[in-house]
Amino acid sequence: MTTIATDAIRQPLKFGRIRPGQILIWTLLLLGGLLMVMPILYMFSTSLKTASQVYDLRLIPAAPSFDNYIKVLSDGNFLRWFGNSTFIATTVTLSNVFFDSLVGYTLAKFEFRGRYFIFLAILSTLMIPTEMLVIPWYLMSSQLHWLDSYWGIMFPGMMTAFGTFLMKQFFETVPDDFLEAARIDGLNEFQIWWKVAMPLVAPALSALAIFTFLGNWTAFFWPLIVTTSRELYTLPVGLSSFSDAQDTRWEMIMTGAALATIPTLVVFLVLQRFIVRGVMLAGLKG
Amino acid sequence: MANIELQGLVKTYGKTTAVHGIDLDIADGEFVVLVGPSGCGKSTTLRMIAGLEDISGGTLKIGGEVVNEREPKQRNIAMVFQNYAIYPHLSVAQNIGFGLYTAKLSKADKDQRILATAKTLGMEDLLARRPSELSGGQRQRVAIGRAMVRDPVAFLFDEPLSNLDAQLRSQMRIEIKRLHQRLGTTIVYVTHDQIEAMTMADKIVVMRDGRILQVGTPTELYESPVDVFTARFIGSPSMNLLPGKIAGAALTAPGVAIAGIDAATIASGNVLIGVRPHDLVVGEAGTGLSVSGLVTAVEPLGSETLVHLDIAGTEVIATAPGKVVPKVNTTVIASALPGSLYLFSAADERSLGRL
Repeated sequence: MTTIATDAIRQPLKFGRIRPGQILIWTLLLLGGLLMVMPILYMFSTSLKTASQVYDLRLIPAAPSFDNYIKVLSDGNFLRWFGNSTFIATTVTLSNVFFDSLVGYTLAKFEFRGRYFIFLAILSTLMIPTEMLVIPWYLMSSQLHWLDSYWGIMFPGMMTAFGTFLMKQFFETVPDDFLEAARIDGLNEFQIWWKVAMPLVAPALSALAIFTFLGNWTAFFWPLIVTTSRELYTLPVGLSSFSDAQDTRWEMIMTGAALATIPTLVVFLVLQRFIVRGVMLAGLKG
Repeated sequence: MANIELQGLVKTYGKTTAVHGIDLDIADGEFVVLVGPSGCGKSTTLRMIAGLEDISGGTLKIGGEVVNEREPKQRNIAMVFQNYAIYPHLSVAQNIGFGLYTAKLSKADKDQRILATAKTLGMEDLLARRPSELSGGQRQRVAIGRAMVRDPVAFLFDEPLSNLDAQLRSQMRIEIKRLHQRLGTTIVYVTHDQIEAMTMADKIVVMRDGRILQVGTPTELYESPVDVFTARFIGSPSMNLLPGKIAGAALTAPGVAIAGIDAATIASGNVLIGVRPHDLVVGEAGTGLSVSGLVTAVEPLGSETLVHLDIAGTEVIATAPGKVVPKVNTTVIASALPGSLYLFSAADERSLGRL
């Protein structure tokens, strides 16, 4: 009898047991969820409308059509911009995963003079807004002839203070025993970092990769400034060109934006499974 | 296999000295246990042997060669850590094989050695498992396997059983000892548990405050401790100590009856009388040392009972045969035979001999 009673208590989803507080929480969460989802639903909805229907705010279009998708995809520029964004976001993400974790590991696991000062210096750059950096970046790009080039778009983000900070914090949680065991087994310091430390911080690497990819996929301000040729536009810059002084083609912008969300969803779905806490602890004391 | 020599080994951290110039010879194939309380320098010494800590002074020789400046991998030693340090992202086979990472062997040879090692440890059925699917004892075996597979000249163990429960710890103690008997490789083992030290070691090194207090076989340390610290550290329960005095040939102590003991060989003065709980047996007063005290607690262990007595304000532990369990708050007599008393100087706590 006691067991049955205990099991009954453990079923929180029975309607009879819902508390008023829970209803309030669920309502708030539902509203929050709707707030997040509505713009996305409108984006897809608008992408299925014609230009004349854009300001008809019904969520389900009167005559949905995929014509916009055909138009956007048959425009050579869109695919080019899509390719540019993919290349830039992927390269910058790989670079961040490599360099941020290398520097983060060094700061977390090696004792050397000035380590704390270097860390503070890196951290302090987080407090400088991008808007302030754009002019120096531009001048630098200009002097080094990097304007209107892939490298010009990518170089400011190839390594970030945030990524370094994130990785340093995670590497500090890796017990030294793991690294020392590898040292005794004959691995050199680079191998220890690559073969032992990196797999142990896979969840952090996934998070960093997602943040970096999304940040670069949606980057607009710097690519707009540094590029002048249409062939080098990234997707957000290219999509903005659907809008000019006379006209804003919302249905085309929304179609492009809908297509642009696909890679971000793929990246998130692929990497999120690695974000599992507690992987590291499995190798330690039980 | 190789011998290990520590000559005046020093470790300093800034102005703090953790190890004060210790000398130690570890023979080829010997099982040496470094034992002592936390902060005594035993782990630091082991890490210096491993090459994980720089040596601040003195000389370290492995197999007759000075290795002070050599990297850990160049010393061909293997180490098992307290936290196992097996990699959670690798299988058991990959973890064991990690020890062969730098070995110039073909994959087939490596696989063969991994399998042979796993068989030695009784883990051949677990090779495909991940560490998260193993018990604590199995994980520790994997860690030992990774150390074994390389065929190192010496094994270093840093408190490897601290994280296991009491039953598993005693099982693993025997397994490590058997492994040593089978492989015959030099082992340096660090622990703060004197039972591990006593049961496993060929030679025990007792350390305190970065210095070696005594080196000897378990029996030597038990029978002839050089000072109060070693005497109380080795043996469980700890040795009882009673304040006493020697005047000529007479040994006296408050609340203690001493008969048939001639202390003439020891200089007169204040002393500490040590008597092990197993030598102080509840029963009738006899020759030697007898105490009468109030029973404050009893710990029946089955084969015997530990009886806590209050002797003139000093707590003393005596033993009673298994079926005799004295009642708390009763007064009992316990006695120790001549020859079972350890005398220490009250001034510097050094051993004065046995009576």
